[in-house]
This record gives sequence, C-alpha cells and structure tokens, in this order.
Amino acid sequence: MDASLTRTPLYDWHVNHGGRMVDFAGWAMPVQYTSIIEEHTAIRSAVGLADISHMGRLRFEGPGAAVFLAELLTRRVADMELGQIRYSLVTNDEGGILDDVLVGYYHNSHGQPFFMVVVNASNRAKIVDWISAHLPPERAQRPGQEIIWNDISRLWAMFAIQGPRSVELLQPLVDVDLRSMRYYRGAQALILHPAAQRQGCIISRTGYTGEDGFEVSLGAGIAAEVWEALMELGKPLGIVPAGLGARDTLRLEAGMPLYGHELSEQINPFQAGLGFACHLVGYDFPGRDALVQIQKQPLKTVRIGLEMAAGSRAARQGCPVMADGRKVGEVTSGTHSPTLGRPIAMAYVDAAFAEPGRELQLDIRGRFEPAKVVELPFYQRKKKK
Amino acid sequence: MSQDLLYSKTHEWVRLANEPAGKTATVGLTSFALEMLTDLVHVELPPVGREVKAGQPFGEIESVKAVSDLYSPVNGQVVEINSALAGNLEHLPEDPYGNGWFIKIKLAGDAGLSDLLNEAAYKKQCEEEQH
Repeated sequence: MDASLTRTPLYDWHVNHGGRMVDFAGWAMPVQYTSIIEEHTAIRSAVGLADISHMGRLRFEGPGAAVFLAELLTRRVADMELGQIRYSLVTNDEGGILDDVLVGYYHNSHGQPFFMVVVNASNRAKIVDWISAHLPPERAQRPGQEIIWNDISRLWAMFAIQGPRSVELLQPLVDVDLRSMRYYRGAQALILHPAAQRQGCIISRTGYTGEDGFEVSLGAGIAAEVWEALMELGKPLGIVPAGLGARDTLRLEAGMPLYGHELSEQINPFQAGLGFACHLVGYDFPGRDALVQIQKQPLKTVRIGLEMAAGSRAARQGCPVMADGRKVGEVTSGTHSPTLGRPIAMAYVDAAFAEPGRELQLDIRGRFEPAKVVELPFYQRKKKK
Repeated sequence: MSQDLLYSKTHEWVRLANEPAGKTATVGLTSFALEMLTDLVHVELPPVGREVKAGQPFGEIESVKAVSDLYSPVNGQVVEINSALAGNLEHLPEDPYGNGWFIKIKLAGDAGLSDLLNEAAYKKQCEEEQH
C-alpha cells in the first residue's frame, strides 16, 4: 500500500482483519474484508460497521454561521431546529454541482450551538477552498455576525452503523435514546465506554445504504477502542465490518447518487433529480440565479434507473445507452445487485427516453444488451409501523 | 495448486493431456485469482471451434466489483467448454482445478507453451503480488 496515503485511526484494524486497502481520494480505505455480497447482505438483514473517517467534516459556529451557510448551500438552513439534519448541495455560479452534503445543527455539552457539514472526501479540499473564497476574514469577523469554522476531518473518526439491528447495536454505548431519534435527526451524546473517558460524539440517524442506521463522529484517539467494542457487542447480532465495495452496491440499490458518478460540476440538480434540495425563492447562494434560468427550460438529459435480466453482464460507468441504434445517454454507475440478483445501473439519458418501462439497450463492450428504465430507488426497505 | 499443472502470469492454470485426437490443454483460473476476484456473477466463454492465441483474451469473468478478461495460455482451438460453470459460479472456488475448469483447447503445432510457469515460479509470483 502506498505509504503516502492518509490513514484513518482504524487502518491497523482493517489490515489485521483482511481489509483490502485501496486509494480512495487519497485515503487508504478497505474496499472489502471478505465478500462484497456477504457484507452487503449483512447490512440488509442484520447490521454492518463501516469506517467512513475519510468523510470531510466542517464545523461552523458563531452568531453569523447560519446566515453564512444559507448563502452557501442550496437548501434552507436558517429555519433548522437543533438536532435536525438536511441533505443539501453546493453549486457553482453556473448551477453545476460542487458537492452534495449533509448539514446538521447540534449543540455541544455546554449548550453552544454549531453546524456540522459533512462533505465528500473527494471534494473536501475543493469545498474548503470554496468556503475560504466566500468567507474572507472581514466577513468572518463582522461584529455581531462572527463565524468560526474548522475542518475537523482529521481530528474525528466517523463510523457508519447500518442495518435493521443498528439501534440494538449502538444503544448500549451511548446516553441518548436512539429509538426515539427520528430519521435525519441527530444529537450530541456521551459514549458509555471506559476508553471514551466520557468523551462526546455526534450521532445522526442517517446513512448511505437505504437501510436504518446511524453515522457517528467521535474523537480519533478513542475510535479504535469504540470500534472494537461495537464489533464485540455486535457478535450476537450478526455484525460484519463492511468496506467501500458494499457501500457502493448498497447506495446504488437505494438509488443514491455518488459524486464523480451521478454528480459533477457539469450536472445541475434538476437533471440529477435533486430539485427538492434547492430552495430558490427568497434565497441567494452561488448558482441560484443560474438555477432559476435552468428550471425554466426543459431538461436535456435526466438521471434514470436501468434494470437488466438476471444473468446479463452488468453495465459500468461510461457504458453507452442506446435506442434505435443511436446513443441516447451514458451509464454513470452499474453493478450486479446482490438484493435483486440482477444487474442494475444509473444513467443520464435524453429526457425523451426516460419514462419508466421504456426498453433501451446498453452497449457493453461492443455487444448490445437489453435494459429497462425503472423508477428509482431499485430497493426500498419495508418501514416498521 | 498442483505439480502437474502449468500456470500463466495472468493466473490461468493449464493441464496438458494426450488424447486420441491430439494434445489438449484444459484451462481454468487458479485459487489465488478466485480469492482476489470474489463475488463472481457472470462468465463469458467462447464458442467451440474458436481459435485462441496465447496471451489473448478468450472470455471474461465478472464479479460484483469489476470485469476481468480471461487469457488463453496456449495457441489452439476450443474443443469443449464447461457449460455448467455459469450456473455454479458461487461453487467455483471450492474446486477450481477440477469441476471449475473453463475450456479445453486442442493445441496448435506451435502451442506457445514457453511462457508458462511451473508451480514454484507461479507461487513466487503470487507472493510478490500480495505485497
């Protein structure tokens, strides 16, 4: 493994437990430990634990923080309640997507409120630069509107606990009632583990798998002990450690876009099906005016889901989408769906070919294979009443 | 792995045999390769009769994560394919040198065997790739 790659606090654990380490956005991350299908299935049926410490986390506090974030993000921020989390985008002046983020509003153990913005590892440096450009010192020090912000990505580890048994797994280790925590809500909590020495963590009921679960940010210094404690507590629940490979198949089944695949600076939020994350009326942020114009025009290409017959070869990123012998789009992500037992893909296609039920072809390494447009997501968990 | 097999640098194994119709090579993927691939979902084999060349792709094997080419270790013509393989990919790692064979090739006069590795040389290559 390339020694120049950044290591998470769990690096040694991954290597010692068969993790196949790969370069992901400059981080050495496990792509899988045993089998992607096994890790995937464990998260759909029981619980899995993934190290996502490579995710960028930016913390904002001070009286001017909410106003500044509202001027940076496509989504309303000012009306967020404590403990609330929202999915949002960062767009450039042309309305292209710079990143998709989660913004959470929390308070620390001293009652001080702060925002945490979780950004993609591959975009962290770009977003930090973008914020720096929009937040010069005179703005950050404006009297009565001060803003303090920090990139805490390297100081804090982050775990994803995902699967129907996530509450059972995590509850014994934290002092907040997880059963009553709603989806896209979060809280500052104490970790109830001797090694944690009553340190806090940030828990949110969020995830990237289409399954119930939590994402937990905690101090890098206690991460390995807490990880081991979770793996031990999870044994009777059927826990497995999960790598990036399973995270990719899980998010694809859940129809969730991934930056660098479905999202880029050349894609606008409406094409991506993320118009819900853009509040254009009465708000101003980079790209807002461009998006108002884009919204008036019919969309040229749109994001769709494609399903293929069981036993077909899977389409991969870059694979041409064909209709009547003509290229009408391109696959952005594709894999074999472990849950559905057949290949699935997401693609951008000419809007005239996007309605569910339409039969298209995929040019997979020179051979055309039939595929059908389907509604996203491919997989939706059955919600408990 | 086995002493009576030869190996390609691209992780195919070869079992040579003298049959009434001539010399043949049965070809499969080594357990090392299968351990690296994991999560197999699809295999593409050539039709019987196809000419194959040493070092050139004869088919492909697909895992959840990616697609890999299968390379012919020898020159010749495909005389038999293992049609039971596609439906049993999850069991392939249990018997990669037996029931897990892929194709049988009738060797050409110039069989192109000189680049193949013996067991010791192949083992050494695998150890190097693991680090």
